[in-house]
Amino acid sequence: MLSLENITNTIHEWLNATMNPSLALLSEFVIIGICAIALFAMLGLSLVLMERKVAAFMQLRLGPNRVGPFGIFQTVADTLKLMMKEGLTPDGADKFLFNLAPFIVMIAAMMLLAPIAFARGFQIWDINIGVLFLSAVSSVSVIGILMAGWASNNKYSFLGAMRSGAQIVSYELSAGLSIITIVILTGSLQISDIVNSQENGWWIFKGHIPVIISFITFLIAITAETNRAPFDLPEAESELTAGFHTEYSGMKFALFFLSEYINIFIACAVGATLFFGGWMPFHIGNWEAFNHIMDYIPSSIWFMGKTFFLIFLLMWFRWTFPRLRVDQLLNLEWKYLLPISMINLLAVTLMAIMGWHF
Amino acid sequence: MIEELGTTSEGYMVINIGPQHPATHGVLRLVMTLDGETIIKTEPHLGYIHRSIEKMCESLSYRQFVYVTSRMDYLSSHMNNHGCSLVVEKGLQVEIPERAQVIRVLMDELTRVASHELWWGAMAMDLGAFTPFFHSFRERETITDIMEETCGARLTMNYICPGGVMADLHPDFQKRVKNFVTLFKSKFHEYNELVTGNIIFQNRMKGVGFLSAEDAISFGCTGPVARGSGVKSDIRKLYPYEVYNKLQFDEVLETGGDSFARYMVRINEMLQSIKIIEQLIDNIPEGEFQAKTKAVLKLPKGEFYQRVETARGELGVYIVSEGGTTPYRIKFRSPGFSNLSALPQMVKGSKIGDLVATMGTLDLVIPDIDR
Repeated sequence: MLSLENITNTIHEWLNATMNPSLALLSEFVIIGICAIALFAMLGLSLVLMERKVAAFMQLRLGPNRVGPFGIFQTVADTLKLMMKEGLTPDGADKFLFNLAPFIVMIAAMMLLAPIAFARGFQIWDINIGVLFLSAVSSVSVIGILMAGWASNNKYSFLGAMRSGAQIVSYELSAGLSIITIVILTGSLQISDIVNSQENGWWIFKGHIPVIISFITFLIAITAETNRAPFDLPEAESELTAGFHTEYSGMKFALFFLSEYINIFIACAVGATLFFGGWMPFHIGNWEAFNHIMDYIPSSIWFMGKTFFLIFLLMWFRWTFPRLRVDQLLNLEWKYLLPISMINLLAVTLMAIMGWHF
Repeated sequence: MIEELGTTSEGYMVINIGPQHPATHGVLRLVMTLDGETIIKTEPHLGYIHRSIEKMCESLSYRQFVYVTSRMDYLSSHMNNHGCSLVVEKGLQVEIPERAQVIRVLMDELTRVASHELWWGAMAMDLGAFTPFFHSFRERETITDIMEETCGARLTMNYICPGGVMADLHPDFQKRVKNFVTLFKSKFHEYNELVTGNIIFQNRMKGVGFLSAEDAISFGCTGPVARGSGVKSDIRKLYPYEVYNKLQFDEVLETGGDSFARYMVRINEMLQSIKIIEQLIDNIPEGEFQAKTKAVLKLPKGEFYQRVETARGELGVYIVSEGGTTPYRIKFRSPGFSNLSALPQMVKGSKIGDLVATMGTLDLVIPDIDR
């Protein structure tokens, strides 16, 4: 069967056979880099279109439908427009930091693609501290946002950046705690181990109520971490016009915009990997025939399906809920989510020690 | 003293909300002094859309000046025209036909529903929820279509004129209005499900932007803003005009005084307006739609005043006549201006997010404030 694993293995063998090992490794790096950038662009384009279509569906509209069939080239046209626009740098801005900020946000988003397992054996870097790497690098983007808000020399941007800082730092905690529940159940930080541990059922089904609680906490936390409504305070346009990226235009704005969507994808991919088994097909215990049928669906489809389902959930939130106020946002985290996740963590630990999960 | 930009001497940040800002729905400028996110002081600056409508009216005849007033509070243009027509009729002592009266009231109430629909969507948008806007516009479009058929316009109707109304109703009017009432009633539960019952929305609205009854009276607040604080201020009940005293409807009162109370007042007012429409739509009397008036109107020497209840509150029209064909002096008492004057006190000490929520429930139309 043609699988992504075979393709990568074939390329690997062919490269090693034709050139010396160090050169082969170098060309693999180049290929992976090109693939990552292409994926970055593709995901950005498709997610923006998906967002607009989902929004239109919720809002009794059609959404983009003029450029190409069903408007699929609308985002391409938008990107072209953004590329041709002037990238303005305001006079009062700290020019170096102002221009650096979008790249930091983008690089952080791209680095996060590394440990994600897109399909069976199709992973850029199966690092043994994969989950830790994800939580660590995802916090780097807040530096870029703070930098953008500060360097713009605009009060709206500044307020937006400060809100973003408070928000991401707070919600990192409950996101981390809910990730740890799965790490405890699996006993490993490696993404491939986590996926393989769900061969006989996904954690969301195997882990009883505590894992469901930690999934809900995780969902709320990633909505906040990716700055999306109802937690879109850093760019609350009815309060702060456009928040931290008020002064950005052209491609620099596009980088912020795209990395927001990449961050959503990464967050949902992590959610799918931890709670829904990543690329692992839907298996039920010992039902051999059923499991075998499920295996016929390619693993990449399973992964993308789960991820896009979670992305749809986030979009559903965005187009339904009003925005929270900044103090309510912090109250929700420190007074409700954090204590709940801590108690939940104890429950999961107890469950893992006693072996009560399936 | 506040500097235009930068910080105050106490180290507070000064920020301009407006004149161009998504939250102000027009060219209102609020100079805010902030301590972090907390509002220390708010100063509304007006005049960015001042068109001197009152002065313009002085050079227009009594038939002409009515049309300019559609541009004041463009969301309740029928009510503006209505107030002006009533004051001219008061001066002329014209008795207008019953049919015209009923048509005027019907149009007023339809406009009120349309205005509150737009407010509901725009306020939800201020709070960060986009979808309600489209849902409210689904129903609002039906009203504007009805208006377009009968009045020929969708926003600045210019339909009510001294002596009655401009033209008779469109033949389909009754059918269309009944369809709208059915549509509205079938969709109204969505409003409560999508917004009113939402826990985030309630947390954002309850206890925010408090305005006591005493303050509401002393700031001269009228309409839903005053009624949200428990002040009886419905002109339709207190000083009935046209056929309002023959109709069965309730003045919606809430005693909370916060944003949520004002929200509930408007939501329930839509239902009361629908109730009025239902009472009148089958009972439009036959007859003339316009009273016989002279081509050139001349008001006798004296002062005339009439108030009407617009979607935002009490609109007062005050005319001083010297006996000529144009008013000597004209003054509008617009509801938005008084309601806005309460804003600095309502938002003092709250967060920027509360400012948006409070301003949303004041339902400001800036051309109405500036005129």
